[in-house]
Amino acid sequence: MNRAILLLVSGCLLLAVLFARLLFLQVVAHEHFTTLSEDNRVKLQPIPPNRGLIYDRNGTLLAENLPSYQLEITPEQIADMGATLGKLEGIIEIRESDRSRFEKLLKRKPRFEAIPLRFHLSDVEVARFSVNRHRFPGVDITAGLSRHYPQGSLAVHAMGYVGRIDERALKELDNSNYRGTTHVGKTGIEKTYESVLHGTVGFQHVETTAQGRVIRVLSRTPPVSGRNLYLTIDARVQAAAEKALGDHTGSVIAIDPNNGDILAFVSLPTYDPNPFVNGIEYDDYAALRDDKKQPLFNRALRGQYPPGSTIKPFVGLAGLEIGVTAHHSSTYCPGFYTLPGNTRKFRDWKRTGHGTVALNKAIVQSCDVYFYDLALSLGIDRIHDYLKNFGFGNASGIDIQGELSGLLPSRAWKRSRRDQPWFPGETLITGIGQGFFLVTPVQLATATAALANGGRLLQPNIVHAEQETNSDDLLPHLPRILDTITVNEQEHWDSIIQAMTDVVHSARGTARKIGEDSPYTIAGKTGTAQVFGLKQEEKYDASAIPEELRDHALFIAYAPVEAPQIAIAVIVENGGGGGSVAAPIARAVLDAYLQEPTQ
Amino acid sequence: MSIALTPHREDASRSGWQYRLHLDAPLLFTLIAVSALGLIVLYSAGGGDMALVERQLVRLGIAFTGMLIVAQLTPGMLKRLTPWLFVLGVLFLLAVLIGGEVSGGAQRWLNLYIIRFQPSEMMKLAVPMMVAWYLKDFRLPPKRWQLLASATLIAVPMLMIAKQPDLGTALLIASSGFFVLFLAGLQWRLLAFFTVLLAAAAPALWHFMHDYQRQRVITFLHPESDPLGSGYHIIQSKIAIGSGGLLGKGWMNGTQSQLNFLPERSTDFIFAVLGEEFGFFGILTLFALYMIIVVRGIMITIQAQDTYTRLLAGSLSMTFFVYFIVNTGMVTGLLPVVGLPLPIISYGGTSIVTLMAGFGILMSIQTHRKLLAT
Repeated sequence: MNRAILLLVSGCLLLAVLFARLLFLQVVAHEHFTTLSEDNRVKLQPIPPNRGLIYDRNGTLLAENLPSYQLEITPEQIADMGATLGKLEGIIEIRESDRSRFEKLLKRKPRFEAIPLRFHLSDVEVARFSVNRHRFPGVDITAGLSRHYPQGSLAVHAMGYVGRIDERALKELDNSNYRGTTHVGKTGIEKTYESVLHGTVGFQHVETTAQGRVIRVLSRTPPVSGRNLYLTIDARVQAAAEKALGDHTGSVIAIDPNNGDILAFVSLPTYDPNPFVNGIEYDDYAALRDDKKQPLFNRALRGQYPPGSTIKPFVGLAGLEIGVTAHHSSTYCPGFYTLPGNTRKFRDWKRTGHGTVALNKAIVQSCDVYFYDLALSLGIDRIHDYLKNFGFGNASGIDIQGELSGLLPSRAWKRSRRDQPWFPGETLITGIGQGFFLVTPVQLATATAALANGGRLLQPNIVHAEQETNSDDLLPHLPRILDTITVNEQEHWDSIIQAMTDVVHSARGTARKIGEDSPYTIAGKTGTAQVFGLKQEEKYDASAIPEELRDHALFIAYAPVEAPQIAIAVIVENGGGGGSVAAPIARAVLDAYLQEPTQ
Repeated sequence: MSIALTPHREDASRSGWQYRLHLDAPLLFTLIAVSALGLIVLYSAGGGDMALVERQLVRLGIAFTGMLIVAQLTPGMLKRLTPWLFVLGVLFLLAVLIGGEVSGGAQRWLNLYIIRFQPSEMMKLAVPMMVAWYLKDFRLPPKRWQLLASATLIAVPMLMIAKQPDLGTALLIASSGFFVLFLAGLQWRLLAFFTVLLAAAAPALWHFMHDYQRQRVITFLHPESDPLGSGYHIIQSKIAIGSGGLLGKGWMNGTQSQLNFLPERSTDFIFAVLGEEFGFFGILTLFALYMIIVVRGIMITIQAQDTYTRLLAGSLSMTFFVYFIVNTGMVTGLLPVVGLPLPIISYGGTSIVTLMAGFGILMSIQTHRKLLAT
């Protein structure tokens, strides 16, 4: 019966082949397959860090992270996506925008990765889904933290907001550190301080099933939370300033002249940043974008306005310091000014004229003719060079991105940018802050602070200190002096300050109304900037021209004069007179800061 | 492994319990050992599902009972039953092709209202029995026309089963028939001729294959060509076995199997669970047990007293060998994926009942031998 033996022997040969195979798999290539098996089961998961919180200078919370629930779908585990979405719609509201974003992600992401469908589920929705959970394999609710701005629109133009990381942002970011991060600062402080607020990503090795369900955590490198920020802004002063500006369109910047701290950073109208965090509805966004008052526009940082008469103290100081005028030398003001050999009249705001005017009166009553004459004596180049010391024409360097630098005109500027010669008439109107001259509210406040502190040009800063999480220690941001303005004679400076004090506290001052009952002394200067050029003999009549062409009202001030603590610049778009509209707003802000004790 | 492979010197223990119960001790104890090992692996493969193990235990109980019953039938009775069994089986297969129940894309089941079964299972035994029955009275080696008739007896049910389609069973039936012919003394010349013919027919075979069967062949040749689709099974089972190493990851500790990376892990791919959790030595143990069964079967073949029992015993033993070698070859990536379970170990299937009935026949052959005067 050797055939049966033969079969057995050939069978054993086959078995030997199988053994060789097993030895190969389990001994020779064992390491390789062990690696593959580990790769299968162990996945590296990023743990996004918690974003740093933002407080005002007194510890009032401005930006926080609130728990929020989102609905996620893992496409791999869904047999019929259409049916699942249809069923989900029965218990949870799914808007068109949710659906389209989901479908976009669905195409881009690997099928085993969970894709968010809805953010910010309400408690009711979470409960309703939990009850129905068994009907939705592959659909899950995950808890996360979502940025929230408890003060709403307060200081939104300084704060900015975070938004979901889009394709474009993703390219600019450090990919490894942003694994797992869903939001990034889009504007304002949130954007400028993104690297400080974000923190460092952590990682964990997790064991997962083939379906990606996590069984357990094998090892964990915790993330490092972003640093908290303490702003220089005082929420109380900020709120007072926003309230004082009310329904006006405009900007208020308050700054501590001792160190450059921004105390209030107002641009009105504002908007609520919270809807932006997880994607604002298109209609809501369109409404903001198309609003004629442009709430999204950051006027404090990017609004460029003619400074008007608020520039006069600076020009006056230039005259004194350079020596083309003395504070007692006077000019006669008939209500207009003409250049030699020219019939064009440069008018004073007061048609009847101020009579004989020296520097003090020229500032207190804001005589234009005096400054036309002074400007002409100085010449545009000397005006330019001196005003440059106060930061005009240059970005202030405030730590919020997107600042514009205004425009301090000069002969060279006009030659290079417009290829035109400089005309003397342009020098005149530069002397009263009109013409080409443009400033931003931040610049104007910074210059006022320099005036208040005796000539130190400070870089305005919005962040007071940083703080590591789990630490009480504050890491302060130190003030930066950009430039120190040389004072030839202290008396010159004092006389300008005296004139500005008289603007508020003397009987003829243009801002005397706010000085009457002030418990502290204020030095200020009103300004009214023309938006609309009047013809030679035309009379300005606010009610006769459309609102958007009416004059801007401006006011700069600081207080108390003896020991300045706050400097302020107010610009009210199309507001009318600086003394009547802008000055009372400034007074309200000064009161808020100086009258109540601050810690 | 203290079980003696060689029977006691003839007839010394004829009066022992083995002969009274018509059971073969080496076969019986090895089968019990394999079943026990199978249940242990199955418990782990099912992720600790005791209910699964209990259902399998019931199935094993039925199968062992069936084996006991079949073992009581004398070879003479089996011989007389053979043609009827075969004809009935072919009729059932015909019925399946006409009005069988479809399950999992294949038409394999016949519902007789009393019981629902797969006629193809029955043919696993009926075909080798029939060929052996046909050849039993001829002078061997068989003549050409006898071979042709035998080939028809094999080919008809095989093609009917392949049509269902059930390639694995068709393959087993073909090999069981082939073993009968080979043992009957198939000429080497003819064997070589048919081998060449089969190789030449391969492209034609390809033409008749179902798409999924072709895909399996492609996958076998290049499993990495579609790692998440058809190649997934084989890639994951290779990872499971390879990462098991010599000693394995330990019972219930196989990450590939416990974390669902391994598909079909309690049925066709259960061998990979064994390889992952018990390693090379675990596989060695199973193979040793399997080979005891095969060797014992071959010994029964050698001791068989007439042509019918000799051909049948040899075929049944070698078919069992093919059975496990095809499954393990498939799971280790040596053979294309053919839907064959690992005998006795894999969960479910009526196949275990057939398998045990086959061992019942072997036991019957062994224990009904007549005393020969020497």
